Amino acid sequence: MEKFVQLEKVDVTFPTKKGAFHALHNINLNIAQGQFFTLIGHSGCGKSTLLNVVAGLQDASSGMALCAGREIKGPGPERGVVFQNHSLLPWLTCHDNIYLAVERVFGRQESKARLKQRTVDALALVGLAHAAHKRPHEISGGMKQRVGIARALAMEPKILLMDEPFGALDALTRAHLQDELMKIVAATQSTVIMVTHDVDEAVLLSDRIVMMTNGPAATIGEILTVDLPQPRDRLELANNAHYHHLRARVLEFLYQRQMRPAA
Amino acid sequence: MSAIYGTLQHSPTAEENSAPTVLQPTQPEPSVTKPAFNAREKLGAVLRVLIPPLLGIAAFLGIWALIAQETSNLPGPYKTWISAQALFAHPFYNNGPNDQGIGWNILYSLYRVGLGFGIAALVGIPLGFMIGRFKFLAAMTAPIISLLRPVSPLAWLPIGLLVFHRAEPASIWVIFISSIWPMVLNTAVGVRQIPQDYLNVARVLNLSEWKIFSRILFPAVVPHVLTGVRLSIGIAWLVIVAAEMLTGGVGIGFWVWDEWNNLNVAHIIIAIFVVGIVGLLLEQILVLIAKRFSYE
Repeated sequence: MEKFVQLEKVDVTFPTKKGAFHALHNINLNIAQGQFFTLIGHSGCGKSTLLNVVAGLQDASSGMALCAGREIKGPGPERGVVFQNHSLLPWLTCHDNIYLAVERVFGRQESKARLKQRTVDALALVGLAHAAHKRPHEISGGMKQRVGIARALAMEPKILLMDEPFGALDALTRAHLQDELMKIVAATQSTVIMVTHDVDEAVLLSDRIVMMTNGPAATIGEILTVDLPQPRDRLELANNAHYHHLRARVLEFLYQRQMRPAA
Repeated sequence: MSAIYGTLQHSPTAEENSAPTVLQPTQPEPSVTKPAFNAREKLGAVLRVLIPPLLGIAAFLGIWALIAQETSNLPGPYKTWISAQALFAHPFYNNGPNDQGIGWNILYSLYRVGLGFGIAALVGIPLGFMIGRFKFLAAMTAPIISLLRPVSPLAWLPIGLLVFHRAEPASIWVIFISSIWPMVLNTAVGVRQIPQDYLNVARVLNLSEWKIFSRILFPAVVPHVLTGVRLSIGIAWLVIVAAEMLTGGVGIGFWVWDEWNNLNVAHIIIAIFVVGIVGLLLEQILVLIAKRFSYE
């Protein structure tokens, strides 16, 4: 199994006013291409920090972080990031938001028509071809998040990094987008790391669930392999005993072994 | 069979149709009164908006007329109105440098404001950008800006006269130095307040410095810049009258002073209104521009 993302003994310490804050301790993680990893844990356990290390937005204080065999130094187009709050630029249309990313990655070697085609394709992939010329404030939260995903996918990243992408959405929209994400991931064979605090989401989407202990100095408590067959259907899984068993394993980790006294 | 079925299917719709016909006698009544009610409501809304300001203006004119009656030299609203009609009948006459129409005076003042304010914008907005972007520069300029900003605009006039030796550039200098600060400070605040999310997008997409500026910094800061511009142009217009009173030349400020020397008080009052109205127009134009650039 090829190690596409490789973290070895990664520690992250933040300087704060009250002195150094030890966020992550001794993180060891190997992710192969085509796998869907979720990071789950209580809030403040450093899951987003860990994602940011892979994204290159946060430097590891010590240890080694590799992506595709190269040390991670800053963000790169091979790692597409989807932010929790979509982070679309409000003064650009959906089309232009995506085009900005496409232009940066493929602008040197491809014609303008080709770049536009890529943008249109990315919007079509998330089912938003009709909203191309709308500004972010004219569309719903779920649509914004889809544009955010389209922007990341349009860069044709080798890995998709998602920081609680559906966290701010209502339950129905969230389920809908999870289904769409599963289809997109199956179609594009993407490697994904996704931060979530939703146990159902983690079990439904993942190949592996990385369960993190509470911070400070949070680390990986356990990695659960989700061996449910693909493609998955949320209605079938509702009656699947193994699904419930896996879900119970995650719940047990979060609420028995890592219960927070006052969270 | 099909006929029965047809009538069976038909009967509910007939019933549905009959339901409104039963209601019809009562329905026309509201439908007729509704537009009338709407029109009356609209009229009421217009009056509610108009009455307070009209009352205010009336009270203002009343107090003015009362004071004018008690004072021998102050012309009342009516006398001022007659005088204004005569004045605005020929706004662009030209009888030499000291006797020109009110239109020329306004235009000259606007020209000075435009020049001084324009240079201030050209210097102030980029300076504000850099102060907002680089902490070192912000710390470097902070003491000077806080020291110079509260200085009364006219205190700069002697410096201008000393350096430029002439009145014209000196008054433009005063406009420049007094209107630059709101643009510098608002632009800097705007740059500093750009959400981290947008900067993260820039980092993740690995945008070039130029793209970061043109696609993220600039659009994010434009509303702040326009606020600064609006404050600045207000100050510039405020200052020009005082500066021209001191420096002379054709301009609304000099005109006020000239009419004071002529003891033509009605013209001074007219000038006050003109200054107020032009200031209001400048402000409104910028509000319109700001609306055009707001992306929410």
